[in-house]
Amino acid sequence: MALLETSGVTKRFGGLTAVMKMDFKIEKGEILSIIGPNGAGKTTFFNALTGIYRPEEGQIIFNGHNLIGLRPDQIAALGIARTFQNIRLFGSMTVIENILVGMHTRLKQSPVHALFRTKAFVEEEREAEVRATQLMEYVGLKDVGNELARNLPYGGQRRVEIARALAANPALLLLDEPTAGMNPQETAEAIKLFRRIRDEKGITILLIEHDMRVVMNLSERISVMDYGEKIAEGTPEQIRTNQRVIEAYLGREALRQN
Amino acid sequence: MKTTSISLQDLLRRMQSGPFPYILTLLHVMVGTYLVYVSPRSNIAFLIFISSLLTLYALKMNTTFKVAIGVALALVVMPVLGVRNIFYLEILFQICVFAALALGLNIVVGFAGLLDLGYVAFYAVGAYLWAFFGSQQFYVIPYAPGTQPADLPFLLPGDVFYLFLFLGVIIAAITGILLGLPVLRLRGDYLAIVTLGFGEVIRVLANNLDKPWNITNGPQGITPIQRPSLPQFAIDVFNRFLGPLIGHPVKDSDIYNVLFYLLALLIILVIIMVARRLDDSKIGRAWTAIREDETAAIAMGIPLVRMKLAAFAAGASFAGAMGVLFAASRTFVSPESFSFMQSIGVLTMVILGGLGSIPGVILGAAVVVLLNLQVLQGLSLYLSQLRQSDAVIPIVNFAWKNLSTQLDPAKYQRLLFGIILILMMIFRPAGLIPAARRQRELTSEETGD
Repeated sequence: MALLETSGVTKRFGGLTAVMKMDFKIEKGEILSIIGPNGAGKTTFFNALTGIYRPEEGQIIFNGHNLIGLRPDQIAALGIARTFQNIRLFGSMTVIENILVGMHTRLKQSPVHALFRTKAFVEEEREAEVRATQLMEYVGLKDVGNELARNLPYGGQRRVEIARALAANPALLLLDEPTAGMNPQETAEAIKLFRRIRDEKGITILLIEHDMRVVMNLSERISVMDYGEKIAEGTPEQIRTNQRVIEAYLGREALRQN
Repeated sequence: MKTTSISLQDLLRRMQSGPFPYILTLLHVMVGTYLVYVSPRSNIAFLIFISSLLTLYALKMNTTFKVAIGVALALVVMPVLGVRNIFYLEILFQICVFAALALGLNIVVGFAGLLDLGYVAFYAVGAYLWAFFGSQQFYVIPYAPGTQPADLPFLLPGDVFYLFLFLGVIIAAITGILLGLPVLRLRGDYLAIVTLGFGEVIRVLANNLDKPWNITNGPQGITPIQRPSLPQFAIDVFNRFLGPLIGHPVKDSDIYNVLFYLLALLIILVIIMVARRLDDSKIGRAWTAIREDETAAIAMGIPLVRMKLAAFAAGASFAGAMGVLFAASRTFVSPESFSFMQSIGVLTMVILGGLGSIPGVILGAAVVVLLNLQVLQGLSLYLSQLRQSDAVIPIVNFAWKNLSTQLDPAKYQRLLFGIILILMMIFRPAGLIPAARRQRELTSEETGD
């Protein structure tokens, strides 16, 4: 059974249909990219998956749970973690605290435990701190645990966001343009990191990406969206030569002229 | 110029190491105590004395030493000086009350970033709770204000007060949740307006619930409200040990003031502990995350509704306890004490002291109370004395007595206060003691033992 399966997901904003009858499937352990021109509805689709938007029609099944109608925090607790297109860290918290927030759903402590500083609470906090530090080092950051997140350089902030998402032990990781604004070297490192996340942690990765080097290099399958609809799906090879995809990207006119 | 600045830095550094902080602190505390002891009416002496707490807090010293001095000051020196001049005890009590309120509001505004302009409503709930059950008001219900017979009994004995301190916490927390439920979907400005409205609703209810049933006694307020009984041995002990220091036998009413001061101090300690521990758990991190970015927080699995309600409830509960204490200490409550200006005042303390900073908001409360009750009023008293004397302002040769009475600092209290606030926000926008994140000792190795 697929890890995540959507059927007929439709999201409208007034007269505009941002996502139309999206049928989509991602298998466990896959790395899948969604590409498409600006405004194709990729991020809206992400937001529908994570519960930020509630789709008007359709079904989303994740790991056997129906996600329609669930709140974003409930969906996160089921094991979907995400990063954002424009970095959304908790700027005035330290890097470690950001990662600890990512563990929110995994920590068992209750207010009573916190108030009385029970042994279990102290133990759990210490373990969480160690794990957070490990995650920070896993994404390639060193000795910045006590820095405020907003003081980190751009590339570092991207990494913290990924560490924060990993902190929740997700089954599915949604990355929204994770290499946007990175230089070629940073991008190459990011690609390596995403592969490691999948290979070592077994986390399924779904990403939106504009950088074709990343997409072609990393993904096993690619879905292409245009005007809210899925227009093609397949391996990087198939997508590269797909006529509709080329049309969507270059425009019909451009093709006719050649 | 360069040499002086270096030597100044050197001096500052030296002040933070070795025996210097200890000597400096002890000196400050002793000089302050001595000055207030010999001249119980001097404003400056009191300011010197109270600022020694700041020295104690700011300088780097052994924690045990700090705590010992702090406890000695709070439990012995302040009650003694306070009973010698009851006005000081009142100031200390007010500082404690407002510090507690500011700490509570700090959870809502500072930690969770939910702007609450009606915070004083929870304080009112606590105050009216004890005002109703701790007075004859229950038997006054059928009568219009002012028409009740004189010999009505009290509903509950005064000692139930201690139980009501806890009940106040619970009832105020429930009120906080009730307020929270309808406003959870609102953010920022909208939330502020709704909480402002809520604060006014509570005040207007208190003002008008004298008919059809007389529950709050309307604008006249409820009085007398009972106080807990004082055990005789406490008075004896106080007189035996501290009487000689005070210099005159202590009356019951003085002991009550000391009792309420100590209770307020106790509540503050509890609040500080609760606030710090919550802040340093996943709840506190969730609050800060919500403050920083709601969308990201919810995507991390933080249940917004529950966490916001928790912030409202936690913040409100402290105000409830303080309200109960306030009602008992004044033996009188009326709607006037819970006006919108009070909410703004507490918010000012939080922002002035440093949003989210626990020592900051306590300092903020102290500064505002001292400014309002002592410094500005002392200043206008001083000016009016000058006006009655023959003194002239040097250089311009202007006689003080010709100074217009309009130029009275007491009349300009709010103006001066406003200017101070503006200057503060320009030069220290993060507050007197800005909030700092906890620095952790981080290792990626499990230190199993």
